[in-house]
Amino acid sequence: MADVSPSTIDAASMAGPRGTKPKNRLSRRNIFLYGTLILISVYYLLPLYVMVVTSLKGMPEIRMGNIFSPPVEVTFEPWVKAWSEACTGLNCDGLSRGFGNSVRILIPSVALSITIASINGYALANWRFKGSEVFFTILIIGAFVPYQTMLYPIVILLREIGLMGSVWGLVLVHSVFGMPILTLLFRNYFTAMPEELFKAARVDGAGFWGIYFRIMLPMSVPIFVVAMILQVTGIWNDFLFGVIYTKPATYPMTVQLNNIVNSVQGVKEYNVNMAATLLTGLVPLVIYFISGKLFVRGIAAGAVKG
Amino acid sequence: MWTSSHGQIDRRIATPEPGLSGLHLICGEMDMNAAKRPNRWFRNLSAKVASIPMILTALVVFVGGTAWTVFYSFTGSRLLPKVKFVGFDQYERLWSTRRWMISIENLAVYGICSLILTMVLGFTLAALLDRKIRFENTFRTIFLYPFALSFVVTGLAWQWILNPDFGLQGVVRRWGWESFNFDPLNNPDLVIYGLLIAGMWQGTGLVMVIMLAGLRGIDEDIWKATRVDGIGLVKTYVQVIVPMMRPVFVTALVIISSGIIKLYDLVVAQTNGGPGISSEVPAKYVIDYMFKAQNLGQGFAASTMMLVSVIIILVPWAYLEFGGKKHG
Repeated sequence: MADVSPSTIDAASMAGPRGTKPKNRLSRRNIFLYGTLILISVYYLLPLYVMVVTSLKGMPEIRMGNIFSPPVEVTFEPWVKAWSEACTGLNCDGLSRGFGNSVRILIPSVALSITIASINGYALANWRFKGSEVFFTILIIGAFVPYQTMLYPIVILLREIGLMGSVWGLVLVHSVFGMPILTLLFRNYFTAMPEELFKAARVDGAGFWGIYFRIMLPMSVPIFVVAMILQVTGIWNDFLFGVIYTKPATYPMTVQLNNIVNSVQGVKEYNVNMAATLLTGLVPLVIYFISGKLFVRGIAAGAVKG
Repeated sequence: MWTSSHGQIDRRIATPEPGLSGLHLICGEMDMNAAKRPNRWFRNLSAKVASIPMILTALVVFVGGTAWTVFYSFTGSRLLPKVKFVGFDQYERLWSTRRWMISIENLAVYGICSLILTMVLGFTLAALLDRKIRFENTFRTIFLYPFALSFVVTGLAWQWILNPDFGLQGVVRRWGWESFNFDPLNNPDLVIYGLLIAGMWQGTGLVMVIMLAGLRGIDEDIWKATRVDGIGLVKTYVQVIVPMMRPVFVTALVIISSGIIKLYDLVVAQTNGGPGISSEVPAKYVIDYMFKAQNLGQGFAASTMMLVSVIIILVPWAYLEFGGKKHG
């Protein structure tokens, strides 16, 4: 069975529309194939479903019913509460503060890290100088070194320049740790561009920055989009750097979320917790569903060549 | 400036195709001679200036930071880093601490299970999606979306599903199976598998995408040849396709293992190391000792051990990957 059926399918797809028999649609192979896929899909979809359902229930209903059943009475109160009232320690202004902090961290971090990395990649691809490859190799090896070995020296560095605990300190940290993968991404992209383009611009008298701004930037919009997707999701989802390099007033959303949900004080409000969790996951999820193939391209570019 | 950049373009052209550009090379030499000698440093100046952030990151943060931590792991630093050498004392203390041993054991169990399961599941999913099915995009989207979510969100979601009173266990018990037991997060022996369920949920999509890219790169002729030879489907995958995808598997292996060593956020969110210290991991040990217990020396020693373990994983890989390429 297993040897025969794939060949009929493949033959059908190659021979065009005329080959396939209609009964094929419910063949044993298809039932097995789609059955398995749907079963595995349940594992992947279940947490999202449970989070949504829980966040729309009232607490009495959660205590009574089961987590898989849809809400009898839909209420958006948990969402409102998670956004504007949930407590971390003594502060009770909800996740909105963390959201604001995350946005204030995200925008400069993405801008700075991509600017630096694209210039690095451009220099490495088109303007190699003695030692440039050495620094690049160190950068790539550095991407594999556990962050834990560099955490404390960075604390000292940030203290020295007076940025410890501030949003800008974290922006610097994100730019530093985003550099290896992004530089690699841009370097590979710029290297693949036709060299004649660069030579022609040089003959016309354009310099380092002239070529970067007038030729490379306009021609590499797709890779900038890929880099942005990579960075926005990566920085938004960061927890480690946020918890170490900021103070409670500037905690990003992930850290605040963890503090809200895992706080020991008070009665656990599971619906509020799940609404808060969903709120935090919303930004990367939206980016994922909008960007689709580009997201896949981003992680594949980051992964396969890394 | 102008002369100096002139020298640069000629060198650039000369390097990749030495046979072709003898003339350029001579022009470059003439320029060099006409200008003053020390210009060598200023040649390509813009590129060097633009690379300063990269150079600083590489040297100060990556090399300097790592060396600093390794150096201070041999000191008795507590609240503040102090140069008071204690030899290997910190390491001796580390390896006789129960919490560190549990952390290592947890990471080993999590790592091995996660490696095997992620590879198997990732490859299976990729192979299923590669069978020219309908709704391929829908399924791929479903399998990959958790990867867009943070470990904190992942951990909190699974913490709720695995809640003994209201979660999976509670629901099954309310259905009438009173003795049903599934409470990994409160059982010291099973808690690491509770983390594994969540970690797998988040990470397999990535491996699937990598594997799928590898499968798509396999020549259609290979499939035709195995069909002509009458080799079964499972046998084809195991004996023909998987060996052909060795580089893809190696890449996936490196990515998964470097991710496993970093395991931290998930544990903090889902169990916070509990119950007791039964789900502690090395990364959390480091951070707790550095920033909570104010025992910097221990933290440095533990993080140096993490670095050593990465080197043990990476060096053979780099040797195989780059050492092999030179010959091939």
